[in-house]
This record gives sequence, C-alpha cells and structure tokens, in this order.
Amino acid sequence: MNPVIKIILQRLALGLLTLFIVSIVIFAAVNMLPGDFAEAILGQGATPEAVAAIRRDLGLDQDPVTRYLQWLAGALQGDLGNSFAQANFASFVGDDSGVRTTVAQQIAPRFANTMFLAGVTAAIAVPFAVTLGVLAALYRNSVFDKVANISTLTSISSPEFFLAYVLILFLAVLNPLLPSLSNIYADMGFGERLQKTLLPALTLTLVVTAHMMRMTRAAIINLLASPYIEMARLKGIKPMRVIVHHALPNALAPIINVIALNLAYLITGVVVVEVVFVYPGIGQLFVDSVKIRDIPVVQACCLIFAAAYILLNLTADILSILSNPRLRHPK
Amino acid sequence: MSDFLVEMRDVRIEGRSDETWMPIINGVDLTLKKGEVLGLIGESGAGKSTLGLAAMGFCRDGVRISGGSVTFDGIDLLSASAEQKRQLLGKRIAYVAQSAAASFNPAHKLIDQHTEAPVQHGVSGKSESAADGIELYRKLRLPNPDEIGFRYPHQVSGGQLQRAMTAMAMACRPDLIIFDEPTTALDVTTQIEVLASIRQIVEEFDTAAIYITHDLAVVAQMADRIKVLLKGDEVEEADTRTMLSTPTQEYTKSLWAVRAFERPDKPPVATDATPVISVQGVTAAYGTVDVLHDVSFDIHAGRTVAVVGESGSGKSTTARCITGLLPPRIGTIELDGEPLPLDYRKRSKEQLRQVQMIYQMADTALNPRKTIGEIIGRPVEFYMGLRGSAKRKRVAELMDQIELPADQYIDRLPSELSGGQKQRIGIARALAAEPKFIICDEVTSALDQLVAEGILKLLARLQDELGLSYMFITHDLATVRAIADEVVVMKDGLVVEQGPKRDMFKPPHHAYTDLLLSSVPEMDPDWLTNLLKERGVDNIGDAAVDKMS
Repeated sequence: MNPVIKIILQRLALGLLTLFIVSIVIFAAVNMLPGDFAEAILGQGATPEAVAAIRRDLGLDQDPVTRYLQWLAGALQGDLGNSFAQANFASFVGDDSGVRTTVAQQIAPRFANTMFLAGVTAAIAVPFAVTLGVLAALYRNSVFDKVANISTLTSISSPEFFLAYVLILFLAVLNPLLPSLSNIYADMGFGERLQKTLLPALTLTLVVTAHMMRMTRAAIINLLASPYIEMARLKGIKPMRVIVHHALPNALAPIINVIALNLAYLITGVVVVEVVFVYPGIGQLFVDSVKIRDIPVVQACCLIFAAAYILLNLTADILSILSNPRLRHPK
Repeated sequence: MSDFLVEMRDVRIEGRSDETWMPIINGVDLTLKKGEVLGLIGESGAGKSTLGLAAMGFCRDGVRISGGSVTFDGIDLLSASAEQKRQLLGKRIAYVAQSAAASFNPAHKLIDQHTEAPVQHGVSGKSESAADGIELYRKLRLPNPDEIGFRYPHQVSGGQLQRAMTAMAMACRPDLIIFDEPTTALDVTTQIEVLASIRQIVEEFDTAAIYITHDLAVVAQMADRIKVLLKGDEVEEADTRTMLSTPTQEYTKSLWAVRAFERPDKPPVATDATPVISVQGVTAAYGTVDVLHDVSFDIHAGRTVAVVGESGSGKSTTARCITGLLPPRIGTIELDGEPLPLDYRKRSKEQLRQVQMIYQMADTALNPRKTIGEIIGRPVEFYMGLRGSAKRKRVAELMDQIELPADQYIDRLPSELSGGQKQRIGIARALAAEPKFIICDEVTSALDQLVAEGILKLLARLQDELGLSYMFITHDLATVRAIADEVVVMKDGLVVEQGPKRDMFKPPHHAYTDLLLSSVPEMDPDWLTNLLKERGVDNIGDAAVDKMS
C-alpha cells in the first residue's frame, strides 16, 4: 500500500479511538457535576416527588453505565438526544404528546454561526500571520521584526474582552465603521452577516496571530543555516524567493500544526468574545447549558469540541506528512 | 585591468567566537586566470572553504572579511553591493557543495533547481534551460538523463546528486566554479566517476575553478596549480607536478609522507589456535530483507582484520551482529570458541565486557554534558566495579595510555576537545572495559590525515602492548594498508574475498577487489587520464560495479 495512505488510515483509526475515550471522559465529567437538571430547574422549593418525577421522565434515575451506553448508541446513529431545557414538561402532568427539541436542532444553527466566525477569522488571521512571519524571518532582527514580535505578543497577552473593547472603541464608537453588536439571524444575507461578524473576527485575529506568526518565523529561521539555503543564496536567488521558495516549503509541518491548534481554539474557546459581541455561537449555548445542567446539550457540545480538535489535528498531521516529499514520492 | 579572473590580495577573514573576532585567514593572496584550475588543500580548520567562499564575495554568518581585496573580472567584490554580488552569483560564479544530498532542496525536483538560476538571472527560459540541463546530465553520464531531473533529491544516489550539482553549477555557463570537497563523502568507485565528470566538463567549457579538498591524490588529478593552507596561512604554492615532486616546506612534506605509514607483516597464526572472535555463516536481515549472506571469518588474538567495502556492503551490519544489536537470522558468533548468545540482552556482563566498540563520529558518540573523567569512569565502574580513588587512578592510567595528560583533560567537556582528541577518548572508553576485542567502525574517516595517522599509530601500539584484536571497518584502502593483518572484502552483504593483507594487495584479485584498489586515486597527476584511457570512460566506478553484478 502507498505509505501515505497507510499512515492516514492509521491516524484516522487513532482519531476514532481518541474520540471514543474522550466520550467516556466527557460523560463521567458531566455526571460528576454537583446537582442535576431536575434540582436546577425546580429550585429550592422542589418537592422530592416532583424532582423524582422529572428524573424518571428524563431517564436520570437509571445507572450511569446504562445511560452512557444509550447515549453512545444514539450518538453513533447521529441522535444526540433531546434537550432537557427545551422539553415540554406537559408530560409531567400526564400528557406525553409534547414536542421535544432535539439537541441537534438546538446546536446546529449555533454551530453554523461558530464555524462562520471561525472561518472568517481564519481567512484573515492565517494569511496575515504567515505573511507577517515570512517578513519577520526575511528582515530578522530589524525594527520591523521587533515591532511585529512585540505587538503580536502584546495582543496575545491582553485579555480577550479588553482587546474586544479596544476594537469597539476605535472601530465602532470613535469611528462608526462596524456594528458593535453581532446579533446575527438565520435569514441574514452573507454581506450583512460578514459585516456583523467582522469585529469579533478581528478580535480573535489579534488573539491567534502571535502563535502562528512566531512559529512561521522560527521554523523558517531554523532552516536558514541549512546547506540548501546557502546553496540558493550562492545561486544568486533573491532573498524573498530564498525564504518563500526554498525555506517555507520545508518549514510547513510545524506551521501547519500551530495553525490547526489555533483553528481548534477558534471553534472551542471563544465564549468570552461571543459574550462581549452578543454573538450567538456554540460557546454561549455551552455555558448556558452547563448552568442549568442540560446534560444532553453539554455532552453534545463537548463531543463536538473534541471532534473538532481531533479532526483539525488529524488534518494537520496528514498535511504535514504530505508536505514531506520523501513520503509523497517514495524511492 | 589585470589579466586575472580572480585576484585576491592580502585577504584577512575573521570569525566570531563568543564576543571576539578570531582570525581564520591571515593575509592570503590568490590569483586565478580564465580556464585555470587551482587546488586548495589543507586540513580541517585551515580555512580552505572560507577562502573559497570569499572568492565569491560570500561570507557565512558569523564570518567577515576584515581586510585585503577580492576582485572578480575587474569588479571589486568587497565594495560591491549585495545586489551586485547577487547578480554575479549563480550566473558568472557558481558553487558545488560538499554534500549534494544536503545542498539540494528536498522540496523541489532536480530539474526545477537546475533551471532556477538561469530563469531568475534572465539567462534563458525555463524550457530552454531544462533542455540544456538534460543535455548536461547526458554529458556527465548520469543514468536516464531524460528522466532523472524529474526526481526529488532523496530519490537519487549521492554520486549522481553530486554530478547533478555540477550540472546545476554549469547551468549559466559561469566563468568560475568553486568546488568545495565535492567527492569527500563518496565511495572510491563513485568518486572516480564524479572526478572524471567534473574534469571533462571544466575542460569542455574552459571554466576556471577553485578545487577545495584535503585529499592530495584527488587534487593531483584535478588542478593545474596547488596552494597549501595551514591554519589560515599559505604554506606554499606551485604548479601540480612541481608540488608533488619537490615540495619545499616541511608541512607539505609531512602531508605527502602520511601515506607511508604501514605496519610490518606479522608471522602467520598457528593453525590450531582458537580465534578470539569467530563469525560463522551469519545471515542477517532488516525486516524481511536479508542484508548479510553467509558471512564467515575469524579474528585471532593480537590481530587486526580490516572489513572493506562501499556503503551498503554490510560492514556495519556485520558489526551489529557481533555486538548482538542485530541478532543474526542464521549462524553463530563465537568468543574464544564459546558461542555467544545472539541477542546482547542475553549476554553476561563478562561477555559484554570482552566486545567493545569505537565509533566513526566521536562527536555524537560522547555525551556532551559529561566530563571526560565521567565518560571514561562509567565503564570502569560498570565493568570493573572500581569506585572512588581506585576509579580515579584507573581513569588517569587510561588517559595516560591514550597520550592525553589526565590533569589537563579530566574535567573538560567533549566540546572543548579537538576531533582527534575526542576519538582518543572513545578509545579510552573502549579500553576501560579491558576487552579482548574492539570493533573500530570507520574511526579515522572523519579525521584529517595527520590526525588519523596518529590514531592508527596509537591503536597499533595498544594492540602490541595489550594483545588486543581489532575488527577495523573502513572504506579507505590506505587505512587497510596501514593497519590490517588480514582483509575481508564485502559487497552486497557477501564476502567476495578474504586473506592476509600482502596477498590482497598483490594480483590476482577478485574483480571487485581489483576495482576498489584501482579506483583509489594515486599521487600521480596522470593517474586519472591513464585510467580513463585504459578502461574507457564508461567502464569506471559504479558503472563498472553494476556490470559486475
């Protein structure tokens, strides 16, 4: 078999195994949260009978292993269960005809919004960071290099909400160029949606640029002492071409990995920015669901986050393997 | 306007070490006419590469030209702007590096790297220059010249890469090429092909060249004139024939004399003696592929068996089988007539103690964070159980044996030692176990000739004093001549010939041994010319090896 395909299949299998283990960890962790949905929703004045009835209704009275297996079986068939919070508790008074909202229905639009924000951010941040890294490597130890390093470090070291407010101040309040609220709707046109997403995307760009830019710079500079870079210089190749054509293709593996980590962060870790801009992403949904112990939603969110991490790292692995000509073109 | 293509006057070059600038070249003159080949020779650290690069107006990071003048075809390279120099490099001045495998970019195909300089300098178009590249590959007798350029560097062998790099240097038909040790990393049969190719193409296009090497016999074939450097100073310069026949300086004479070291023959071993190490019918595999086939030889007490062959012939694999790192698939290894467990993990401490190794790269074989005393002390403690003052005393004795004063060196780190000194530490570490048998794996191939000779003499003396047996892995026949009692010639995992040294260097040989012997350059400037005449240009080196198998 082609070695690349073999490696990819191995990594895929490993990814699935990881996801399975993570699902156990998620389920166990969520079950360890103090209190449950019934207590959370009924409040302090709940009678034990009412709590027990809701538990029975939601299946919370079964033992954890059974519930895990049911959940896993459902998840494997694409059924992530029903949201507790959106359930119609008419069933509680004997009428079981109430329509229940599935977790999938609840998460889907939020997840789409999160992916949109992550996509817009990536489209700005990745080219920006890589270009900045290449230029910093080309003009290493110059004023430009130092300014780029210090400003990206400053932005990554500042709290996200602070960066968000600074951007709001300059781009929404002092110069009303962009809306400071990112309340987007399902039937919004692409242009308007993009405009509303721009401020959170710029904030996140400031957060993720530093890693990618510094890794690009370091990976390239690391190669500049190689004999083939010296050879390119001795062939009279222009410095910019030496970096972009000779160093960058060999420096891709570490750069791709850092990009993947940052993209995963954009999907899973942006709740603060969502709150500041009132952006209806999955992060807010996740935090709200934890608050009211809406376990199916929490578990589904966790699973999506884990899958995003695994998938992006897997993609990064495969791309860095493909960036190695020794593996692409075996002897 | 002078009639020199390159004119360097009183060139001074410095390199930064820590915060100070240390001199590398102390005022050397170098001139080169159009179409002339100058050989630049010296040991490592003599500054040959630095001087060669300075002729291109180029300095590596941490190196600067601090004085003198460098002129190329009337252009002052020291006052030229970076952009002016860039216009010359690749177009009118080209460079061929020591390791083509490292100097070709692994991410691009050979032909794309070949056409880069002509296209970027606007000399010719891509397709035109690719066609010319294929023509050059054909001239340099690369196999499949029409297709080889479309491969990536890792898909092409070292000798072929070196020729492809020579072709690449020729891409813009430069006036000057700097060859920086282009054959040092190659086997003799590959080297001879590359040498023939380089010489042919330099003559055909009347290109001037500076040929940098530490190998006198090689430079004798390539250069019209030879300049000898020692620690940044010029020792002497003369045309090749004069230099070879009548060197005037003591240092040059000592370089010439190195090859004279040869141990006298020892009396034959008694027929009933038990060998110290006996390799019997060993077949070994990496994965499912057999790489050694039925290898057998004996090594007797106080004797040296040289195992000779090219890279990939199975020399080091044989060593791995003897040490138990690679248990053979079939066959046995005996120590003093007793079979050794094949896997080193099953051997007793006593059995492990008797078989020691000295490695090719002393740099990587010594732990850089341990002092010399700790490095040598470790086997003293592990095998001999000595501690405290007894251990210190033993370490001092061992350092005395390798001729390094203990009081000066015992607390130093490997990085504070020269290459030859590090290799001596490697020897002391092997001796610390008080073994009967030591495997020396290419122990001198990374060293300069004078230093290598010192190591060989030390090993010979230790053998006489301690009655050691050596298995000496090498691809260098001069080393074999110097130290071996018996020779085992290997090719493709098979022993093709074995016997006492004096028989090996006398005809008739096995055809492969003959090829190996005749491919070693001699100090005769006509050697390559005569060999090419005798054998024909397509019947040397790897081509001849391929015909044999």
